[in-house]
Amino acid sequence: MTIKVTAVLIGMGITFGPLPTALLALPFGIGATIILVLLTDWLIYKFYRDQKAKPVILVIVSMGVMFVMNGIVRFAIGVEDIRFADGERFLITAKGFKDATGLDEGLAIKTTQAITVVVAVMVVALLFWFLNKTKTGKSMRAFSDNEDLALLSGINPDWVVKVTWMIVAALATTAGVLYGLDKSFKAFTYFQLLLPIFAAAIVGGLGSPLGAIAGGFVIAFSEVTVTYAWKKVLVYLMPDSLEPDGLVQLMSTDYKFAVSFAILIIVLLFKPTGLFKGQSV
Amino acid sequence: MNPVLKNTLLFAGVGVLLVGTGMVQGWNAALFILNMGLVSAIMALGVNLQWGFAGLFNIGIMGFVALGGLATVIIGMPPVPQAWSAGAAQTFAGLFLGVATVVGVIFLRRKLTGRAKTIGTIVALIAGFFIYRAVFDAGVAKIEAVDPALTGYLGGLNIFGPHRDANDMLLPDLFILLAWPLGGVLAAGAAWVIGKTALGLRSDYLAIATLGIAEIIIAVMKNEDWLARGVKNVNGLPRPVPYEVTLQSDPDFVARAASYGLDAVTASTIYTKLCYTGLFALVLVILLWLAQTALKSPWGRMMRAIRDNETAARAMGKNVTARHLQIFILGSAMCGIAGAMMTTLDGQLTPGTYQPLRFTFLIWVMVIVGGSGNNFGAVLGGILIWWLWVEVEPIGLGLMNLLSSGLADGNPLKDRMIEAAAHMRLFTMGILMLVVLRFSPRGLIPER
Repeated sequence: MTIKVTAVLIGMGITFGPLPTALLALPFGIGATIILVLLTDWLIYKFYRDQKAKPVILVIVSMGVMFVMNGIVRFAIGVEDIRFADGERFLITAKGFKDATGLDEGLAIKTTQAITVVVAVMVVALLFWFLNKTKTGKSMRAFSDNEDLALLSGINPDWVVKVTWMIVAALATTAGVLYGLDKSFKAFTYFQLLLPIFAAAIVGGLGSPLGAIAGGFVIAFSEVTVTYAWKKVLVYLMPDSLEPDGLVQLMSTDYKFAVSFAILIIVLLFKPTGLFKGQSV
Repeated sequence: MNPVLKNTLLFAGVGVLLVGTGMVQGWNAALFILNMGLVSAIMALGVNLQWGFAGLFNIGIMGFVALGGLATVIIGMPPVPQAWSAGAAQTFAGLFLGVATVVGVIFLRRKLTGRAKTIGTIVALIAGFFIYRAVFDAGVAKIEAVDPALTGYLGGLNIFGPHRDANDMLLPDLFILLAWPLGGVLAAGAAWVIGKTALGLRSDYLAIATLGIAEIIIAVMKNEDWLARGVKNVNGLPRPVPYEVTLQSDPDFVARAASYGLDAVTASTIYTKLCYTGLFALVLVILLWLAQTALKSPWGRMMRAIRDNETAARAMGKNVTARHLQIFILGSAMCGIAGAMMTTLDGQLTPGTYQPLRFTFLIWVMVIVGGSGNNFGAVLGGILIWWLWVEVEPIGLGLMNLLSSGLADGNPLKDRMIEAAAHMRLFTMGILMLVVLRFSPRGLIPER
């Protein structure tokens, strides 16, 4: 659990480090991140793990790591907005869709969005296979369930920690690359992502990979639903006389993360283990 | 070494740093750093109360500081009568309806059972939300329509208005000092809400809750223009100390400055800053005295007992959650007071400048470097780290210039290095925190 919290934090810090210009560079990015993360672990986290420090101390330490990482990223890349998407921008353009189907509203799918969906599905499948079928994955889960029992069964804790970090590095880099491709790179974005990520993990249920995915979707959809300009829909549903004047946004877009936070609080109050019965401790 | 001597030396060291800054960069800069350092010390004192005394992990300091800033606007600015008559009643009615909806839903959930409970909750929430938005939005629109370039908000409560002397020069307005306690009260209210929801749960949920609420407070302050003009900022907050311009027009003051060999402009800026220093130091001393007394009292011992072993303290019959809530509110109130003082010093409220980095992370570095659990440590850390935060950039720039002095001008590496110096702060603070946590986890002045 502790490892998890720290992992998220540090993950956010480094995600944007080795942002490659194209997906082809992704394996190299992951490799570099893994080396960086293992180095950080050896340099900083190992000390506290050996000491069996309190989880809160680890969180503070990872806060420090996060800011150092961010500092390094700013040194290395700078703080300017960098866009990567190259090649064909749109798979389906709004105009093309209108012409092809004859409907009134357009539908646009960016190439990067398609890539995101495909890669995400692949990564999730890979992760599930790893956690459920391989020996290392099983020993990882055993270690998180009961440390002492896992040690008795001859599981090497150092190896488990290393593998965890590697997976974290791979996942965080992939997510960072996809995000960067779809939006743009900004050295400041990561802090705003922290809350929705926490919220998604907890709403889904900590320790449950399926829950993490479900939580992510719950958070994302509710953020969009609440801040969406419903006028677009109402124009078609309502008769002309009742057509709304404003945008019919339930809340202004700036309150996006307030939504994720509100959902987090509601889930914590009524279902502290999350939707998928994760750990609550 | 004798701890008292060591602490005195440490404080003297910080004093030397400030005096050195005064010699090199001018006394104005040094006093500016000192003033903000005093404010930071109060924030660090508040966080130390929560973390050092009770082990509560609050990463939403920014939100409490911002609430303090809001208090200065509410107290300091003159009211906008047109806005009040145009839409105030409706806006507050809207807010009241919003609160009534929440209360009503809670009431409904108590009364109903089974499926009726779920459906009733959802229907009441949706209906309440739309009624609230309908009433509230219309009121807000009316308020924001009142001269949006200058006001467009309700204004504050300062009915005595700006004070001017016979020559139409601005005079100090002590009314704004009321904002400091109000800032504490606002922050305490927010802390109560957070504490009520999050303190009973797991310890790290408090961290997430504070992180979230801080961001929400900033978002509200940025977007609710009727309250404090949002990102349009509120300028020209009254000051509790003399204005520079007023001093410069005062022949007595100019003559006195001349007798010290100073020109009127320099003398007036330094005089104003010194007045602030005096006020801030007074507040800091009072709060420090209160915190020291609390630490030594049975209450402080109980707090530390709870921090060190919650289970044992609970077995001894201490109400752990209630005590946590208490100290969380107290610590947050201190941050609120400091936030109000800071906005008073700045003379303007700019919600866009509240960054978690500056107002949450930095305060944590102060507490950890200074020594968590020790009030004097927090004060020392507050001033020292603030000095470092300001001075790291010039020092970094000098360092980079020195390192790259062998390279020709226009060399891309040299440009890169000099440009990177601007981002030294984050890096240095992170490294500093990690080093202190690793090699001296108890800080400069450890807890006794």
